[in-house]
Amino acid sequence: MDSNSGAAMNANTLTGTSVHKKKKLNRWLRNYELYLFLLPTLAYFVIFHYVPMYGLQIAFKNFIAVKGITGSPWVGLEHFERFFNSAQFGIIIKNTLLISLYELLFAFPVPIVLALLLNQVTSSKFKRVVQTVTYAPHFISVTIVVGMLYLFLSPHNGLVNHLLQALGMEPVFFLGSESWFKTVFITSGIWQNAGWSTIIYLAALTSVNPDLHEAAIMDGANKWQRIFHIDIPSIMPTIMILLILSVGNFMTVGFEKIYLMQNSLNAGSSEVIQTYVYKTGLLGAQYSYSTAIGLFNSVINFILLLAINTVAKKANQASLW
Amino acid sequence: MAATHRTRMDRAFDIFNYTVLTFVLIVVLYPLYTVVISSISDPDLVNSGKVWLFPRGITFEGYERIFSDSSIWLGYRNSLLYMTVGTVVNVSLTLTSGYALSRADLAGRNFFMLLITFTMFFGGGLIPTYLLVKQLGMVNTMWALIVPGAVGAYNIIIARTFFQSSIPNEILEAAQMDGCSNTRFFLRIVLPLSVPIVAVMVLFSAVGHWNAYFQALIYIRNENLYPLQLILRKILIVNESQDQMLANLTDMTEQQRIADLMKYGVIMVASLPMLVLYPFLQKYFVKGVMIGSIKG
Repeated sequence: MDSNSGAAMNANTLTGTSVHKKKKLNRWLRNYELYLFLLPTLAYFVIFHYVPMYGLQIAFKNFIAVKGITGSPWVGLEHFERFFNSAQFGIIIKNTLLISLYELLFAFPVPIVLALLLNQVTSSKFKRVVQTVTYAPHFISVTIVVGMLYLFLSPHNGLVNHLLQALGMEPVFFLGSESWFKTVFITSGIWQNAGWSTIIYLAALTSVNPDLHEAAIMDGANKWQRIFHIDIPSIMPTIMILLILSVGNFMTVGFEKIYLMQNSLNAGSSEVIQTYVYKTGLLGAQYSYSTAIGLFNSVINFILLLAINTVAKKANQASLW
Repeated sequence: MAATHRTRMDRAFDIFNYTVLTFVLIVVLYPLYTVVISSISDPDLVNSGKVWLFPRGITFEGYERIFSDSSIWLGYRNSLLYMTVGTVVNVSLTLTSGYALSRADLAGRNFFMLLITFTMFFGGGLIPTYLLVKQLGMVNTMWALIVPGAVGAYNIIIARTFFQSSIPNEILEAAQMDGCSNTRFFLRIVLPLSVPIVAVMVLFSAVGHWNAYFQALIYIRNENLYPLQLILRKILIVNESQDQMLANLTDMTEQQRIADLMKYGVIMVASLPMLVLYPFLQKYFVKGVMIGSIKG
């Protein structure tokens, strides 16, 4: 990508250094507009991303509003210790890890399977219909999705419980039950996002060399065999990249949706790190304590990202860098 | 014969495939369809599980109530405003910075990219950001919903990738030869060549702003500034969980009957902009993800 500027540079050295310098200065001057283009965005990132990183120090302090971030007294690891020793710690970590794990086990493979199946559909009309319909829920807000869950899963009036009763089963209060919470969360997540997530795999599948399939057909391979021996290996790099990204966010679960689905009845199963940070931090105004928890969360995510990326690199699979 | 065996297996696969996909189609579509028919059906029939395939006891009372509810319309108006301003800010910043970073002759661009990309993997988190926004005096103003998320690292990468791959360097060199300034080049040449990416950015940003509720939950206390999603939360969720707390009280008042009907209607009204636009915009959305999937 630098071949053009390299060529320009060569031309410059031919015409002598003074001209070269003048041209370089000209280029800087000419490009000052590009820096102006970049300036507001850089300012945004410094102010709204790096200043809060500087603010992370309150995790090791006792934040007192009047003294400000720098003026508040240091307390070392007190907040971290308090969190690790709190009664909530075990439950929150367990819920966060389980939700992430279930997501990886159940939600992650669905779009891959769906894309492999869609890719084999010969009728382009049917394919388009399936795509249009399955992409649609992605554009519905979480508020509405959770609202629909409350309506459909209502123990008295909900569609699902009417169905269960028609089949002779007892109605279930899905959203008021700890044992059902994670299932409902993951399942509705698949409903909302699996279709949309196929796009990236479908794009990867279109770049599979058709010669491979033709040669395989000549050799008598059927569609099942071609999926397993051609399609899946071909999209493996894409799968790996997405896997790395989701492991890098392992401790970050869909907070916005969980918070909407949470109530006092299911809290034992739905309290995760971010909901706890929000409640103790913003609703309970324990700024330092909840910042410490948030920092703990980010650091673990970051370590996981580095670890899985290294593993993927070692295994000669695709990696982020 | 291997070939006949193959075709038999292939046929089995096709039958399996179409069955599975048809099932998926129904599973995804049915909940949405149910909302539509329930919003115009007699709530008593809906609640007793008698509305499955077609609307029954057709009534538009839910919609009438919704259209006369001022808080919903205030939320609608607020959301439209936040969406418009937020999208303009977001798209302008994404395109200008994405373009600048796409230029190989921009000194220091690797450093700038690192600065931006790093924020995708690490950040200050909820509380330090909240304290900052509060200190800047943005709490309880529309700016708290727009400025802290003014531009996203991922979008910049998408835009940059697009510019790098679709604006030929020869055009830039020719324009510079003619003394065309960077701003002029960006506005007159780059943007007209970038309609797809602009469309994608506008759509992603607009949908994001329309559907967001959490920023408003944190930063907005004044109910007159509530976006639609917070009003929806109040109608659909906060109220619902209270209803369910009282689940053993079987005495259903007329008010609750209407409240249930309104819930379906409100979902329809709130999703309307998306439902109307979605079929036309689908190909742009897909394009956006495809561009994003190319490693930058």
